[in-house]
Amino acid sequence: MSDSAYKNMWENLNLDIEAHDGLLEVLGKFYGDIYMSQEGRLKGMEYLDFVLSEVHGLRIKELMDAKEAGRKIIGTFCVFVPEELSLAVDAIQVGLCAGADAGTEAAETVVPRNTCALIKSFIGFKMAKICPYTESCDLIIGETTCDGKKKAYEAFGEMAPMHIMEVPQRKEESDRVLWKSEVIRLKDELEKLTGKTITAESLKKGIKITNDKRRALQRLNKLRAAKPTPISGRDVLLINQVSFYDDPIRFTQSINALCDQIDERIANNEGIVAENTPRLMLSGCPMAVPNWKLPYIIESSGAVVVAEESCIGTRNSRDLVDETGETVEEMINAICDRYMKIDCACFTPNNERMDNIKELAEQADVDGVIHYSLMFCQPYTHEAFKVEKTLASESIPMLSIETDYSMEDVEQLKTRVEAFVEMIS
Amino acid sequence: MIAGIDIGSRSMELVLLNRDETNNEVVLERRLPTTFDPAAQLKIILEGIAPEIISATGYGRKLVTEELCGVPSVSLTEIKAYALGVSHLFPEARTILDIGGQDTKAISLMKNGKVAKFEMNDRCAAGTGKFLEHLATVFQIPIEDFGNYALEGDQPLMINSMCTVFAETEATSLMAQGKNPRDIALGLHGSIVRRTTNMLHRVGLNEPLVFAGGVANNPCVINMLTHSLKISPSVPERPDMVGALGAALHGKNLLKIS
Repeated sequence: MSDSAYKNMWENLNLDIEAHDGLLEVLGKFYGDIYMSQEGRLKGMEYLDFVLSEVHGLRIKELMDAKEAGRKIIGTFCVFVPEELSLAVDAIQVGLCAGADAGTEAAETVVPRNTCALIKSFIGFKMAKICPYTESCDLIIGETTCDGKKKAYEAFGEMAPMHIMEVPQRKEESDRVLWKSEVIRLKDELEKLTGKTITAESLKKGIKITNDKRRALQRLNKLRAAKPTPISGRDVLLINQVSFYDDPIRFTQSINALCDQIDERIANNEGIVAENTPRLMLSGCPMAVPNWKLPYIIESSGAVVVAEESCIGTRNSRDLVDETGETVEEMINAICDRYMKIDCACFTPNNERMDNIKELAEQADVDGVIHYSLMFCQPYTHEAFKVEKTLASESIPMLSIETDYSMEDVEQLKTRVEAFVEMIS
Repeated sequence: MIAGIDIGSRSMELVLLNRDETNNEVVLERRLPTTFDPAAQLKIILEGIAPEIISATGYGRKLVTEELCGVPSVSLTEIKAYALGVSHLFPEARTILDIGGQDTKAISLMKNGKVAKFEMNDRCAAGTGKFLEHLATVFQIPIEDFGNYALEGDQPLMINSMCTVFAETEATSLMAQGKNPRDIALGLHGSIVRRTTNMLHRVGLNEPLVFAGGVANNPCVINMLTHSLKISPSVPERPDMVGALGAALHGKNLLKIS
């Protein structure tokens, strides 16, 4: 994955070259073991392999070229940041590195040790200077989806240019008013940064591009649920992860092309695994690249993941922005409505998540659910209890897992996951 | 013959069953410490026997391969193995507590003996055989006698830490205060019991309860568990052989199907 041709670019981004080489080496090996070793993969996955192999190379080069041409780079950590607005000011929105145990020691000098791995990771990546995305950003948008992030952004904000959106915690009318004011505040900030004004035309285009991306993911999510399942859960997870990094138009085209291949597979009744393979749904915390530990354990234990109830999954693609708005005001309202439907565990109450989980489990016809929480992630760890109760009422077994990015618990996780698969087989 | 083998963190057990469908009597049992070279120990434990199939469970289940043993092998988790083993010995059992060297598991069973739900300790060896073993060393008492030693105490002292190392710190500071070491030992057993009762309640504690795994050899843990749950758990005659027995039964079931 490492390429000396990019070395200058990385040096210009002030990366720690040695540490970054080390990261790429680990990432490359990990990718080889977990992805390239799969049998019977779809040809369309070559695109994803290419994107991943160039995730710190060609993609960063594209960002640098775009910057040279005057476009701005917006970094995010969360599905609450409306990409529609970034696109409407001709900026590029990317997800930032937060999925590996990196720079943890440095991170623990500015946030408490009992902080979730995702937060420690994005701070660690920054402090260790190994994320070219973070270093490329003209502005990073944070959001108040949990206390850990909210407070961590105070420390992070001293290291990077930040704008924080306040996400409401309830879904009452007054909360929508707050959220709308935050969306407008972001719009103003983006206009100031880029010197461009959002017009009805540019916003309409932004909405269309983002919705098209979601439609491609919706199509994929529908197809993956076929029996026998035509694509591995790992591959779909990767696609969802890449949706945060890649150019949205190119991504949408590639995923639709992949879906055409899946259509063929389904027509030929071909699956990536045997039809009687236990089908699982993963639910809970997001999994940023390269957090593939649990999906890999699941799919090496004789089960297949056929649905993801997660921010890197259906939570990010389930709802579209209404496309009928004609004025900027109407479109901003449509954006507010769409984002207020996100069933993040930061909301109280958050009963719609339970309904969505039930519905997804039914649509994908799963034999069980694995609820994944990052250790010290209060919102999702709390909701694990409610999710289990909800699923029990539908007679769907659930296994609750709390873990982080380290490898120390792999053997114990294997035992639990294998036992769960034995239980539902 | 069918061999069931349970390779745990502390010891490995072997159970040999006949192919005879009507007879599930154990033909042979063996036990060895796992040591740091489980592959070598595995060869020793299999010496002189020629099973048709080996069915392996425990941490070392993936170690048992046809290549290494020369016969077909299968594997299953300890959770399923204990469910099979316990249901065989106690057909009415509805809940299992298994405390082994490194893991504690609470398993609830359906009426047909299948696993309905299970809980397992995370990461560290809090409340397991390792915990007891380490603290017995601190008391300079052989692990086999540690339970009886603790039972001689009458005023259990509260030990709050579940972390083995911190529990040792608590125990040593109580010793330094001149407290009765038997009361401290009783307190240490109590901390294991508190942890396991929580786990049992989380899986929904239905009777009858069977207590298996190596720590079920400890009379103090049984005693305190009975007291705290107000349920007398049934304990198999050789509680540490249950995993290997379950594995053997699994192997036998597979032979029957094929």
